[in-house]
Amino acid sequence: MNVSQSDDIIICEDVHKWFGDFHVLKGISVRIGRGEKVVICGPSGSGKSTFIRTLNRLEHHQRGRIIVDGIELTDDLKNIEAIRRETGMVFQQFNLFPHLTVLQNITLGPIWVRKMKKSEAAELAMSLLERVGIPEQAHKYPSQLSGGQQQRVAIARALAMQPKIMLFDEPTSALDPEMIKEVLDVMRELAQSGITMLVVTHEMGFAREVADRILFFDQGQIVEEAPPHEFFAAPKHERTKLFLSQILHH
Amino acid sequence: MASTQASKRPEPAGRGAISFWRHRGARNIAIQAVFLVAVVAVIAYFYNNMIRGLNELGLTFGYRFLGLEAGFAISEGIAYQPSDSYARALLVGIVNTVKVTLAGIVAASLIGLVVGVASLSSNWLVRSLARVYVEVFRNVPLLLQLLFWYSAVILKLPPVRQSVEVFRSFFLNQRGLYLPRLIAGQGFSSWLWFAGLALVAGVAVYFGVRRRLKRLDRPGFPSLWALGTTLLIAALGWFLVPHPPLDVDPPVLQRFNFTGGMHLSPEFAAILLGLSVYTGAFIAEVVRGGIQAVDRGQSEAALALGLRPWAVMYLVVLPQALRVIVPPVTSQYLNLAKNSSLAVAIGYPELFNVGTTIMNQTGQTLPVFTLIMACYLSLSLITSAFMNWYNRKMRLDER
Repeated sequence: MNVSQSDDIIICEDVHKWFGDFHVLKGISVRIGRGEKVVICGPSGSGKSTFIRTLNRLEHHQRGRIIVDGIELTDDLKNIEAIRRETGMVFQQFNLFPHLTVLQNITLGPIWVRKMKKSEAAELAMSLLERVGIPEQAHKYPSQLSGGQQQRVAIARALAMQPKIMLFDEPTSALDPEMIKEVLDVMRELAQSGITMLVVTHEMGFAREVADRILFFDQGQIVEEAPPHEFFAAPKHERTKLFLSQILHH
Repeated sequence: MASTQASKRPEPAGRGAISFWRHRGARNIAIQAVFLVAVVAVIAYFYNNMIRGLNELGLTFGYRFLGLEAGFAISEGIAYQPSDSYARALLVGIVNTVKVTLAGIVAASLIGLVVGVASLSSNWLVRSLARVYVEVFRNVPLLLQLLFWYSAVILKLPPVRQSVEVFRSFFLNQRGLYLPRLIAGQGFSSWLWFAGLALVAGVAVYFGVRRRLKRLDRPGFPSLWALGTTLLIAALGWFLVPHPPLDVDPPVLQRFNFTGGMHLSPEFAAILLGLSVYTGAFIAEVVRGGIQAVDRGQSEAALALGLRPWAVMYLVVLPQALRVIVPPVTSQYLNLAKNSSLAVAIGYPELFNVGTTIMNQTGQTLPVFTLIMACYLSLSLITSAFMNWYNRKMRLDER
């Protein structure tokens, strides 16, 4: 685990993954710097969600190496837990716990994983709810909230673990159009804080504005990788051009 | 005057205007009245029939016969002799039914939990075995299974002299299972002091840990600590007391049979085995369904927070699965209690078995039937009351 040589927080080397016979990830190699904001886009089925899910072992890769914050992701349960503690994840379907209140959803991780006091965890949760703009919803249950509010709670829940990396798996894809902005606003604000962010999304406006780098996935490979201005203005690959023309002029 | 004024307005929901048979409330009342009259008529008809039938036989409806001497033997159960009353005989049946029901519920729940979780295993062999188990025992009639266990398995065990032995203290043969029994030994009274101390310490630890957790402001498991303390002190006492507090009373083979120890009759073993294996298959399906009903995203979200697998199960999956599992498991318990009446086929003296014997002897069909029904009904109602209470406790308010 020789990582002192680089300041990259995520290092992927030739990562492969199969679902049965289907080769989902065909040799992903990428390095992500500390504090970098990376947007991952691409057509559906291109492996972008699968890739982001391998980074905290919700899917396991069958070949190659993944090193997160100096810890290599192997079958070692201790490593997996350590990486999950440093990594927050926000899902397309929110995945809030329906049997717990908003506050309990957020304090669960800090209390049981970070061994925080209940009252400290509640304070932390309240300050995060302030930050995502819905402190008044603390004692409601998730089903009483709108989709946008639920996703903001999910972001607060991930942040409560004070992660170094935030993974977003299509955070706005399940939302009504008018709720997308409130979630993106929270993510923009978060991007200012210097945390490392990996975002799978189709929101090209967000990508253009927030991303340091855009990774374009197609058929399990990274076909193009560039800073946003370059990516949008002068895409090199034919597949990227086609994708952009379809997504920007629909 | 008022009526002309009212008729000028556009009619809102004119009361008098609706004809009687179109009025919702009136129609509801009419339907209920007709239904009530029909029910009373049917009951009256059957009651009349019954009284006429009883008169023709020269019998009267009543429960006085319960005080009479039963005169028949019952093969197992609480203390009873043929010279005891019918009421006592019925009580023996009730206790035997309750015994097999309770034991069956515990066994079926354990089987169901293990097999249900196993059928979700990622291990192919474990998963397939669980599936085969469920499909076989769920789809063969219970009566057939009972007869199978009784006549094809248990009665085919070796005779007494060639019993299957385990540790020289468990003996399995065609007369049933003989196992050692624990009885109070020489050191029992002195060990009781330790047992008492253990209980007190357990309670103290419970409140102590709870207070400490409250001060630390952390969640935890005070009842586990209390249980551990109690068991530890009780076990310590076991070794400190000079004479063993409990003696083992093993079954010993005499000339014709075993004496001492505990004995489970082949009938009891067969009905218990049959009921729990059969109901266990259904409960396994309920458990599997309940766990699968919890979205995969729930455990993924919990894992992504860094929670350990046991915590994911305990904090996130189980609370949501139980809500789905408890109501159908309640009906399985009720089914088990009622299915125990099939034991009549293999001669286990439970309520229905004893009841039919009484019916045959006294001819008091109806009173005995009502008694048996009342017993099953109350047994079932008690079970479902308990399960409903548990369900309310487990229910999750999501809004």
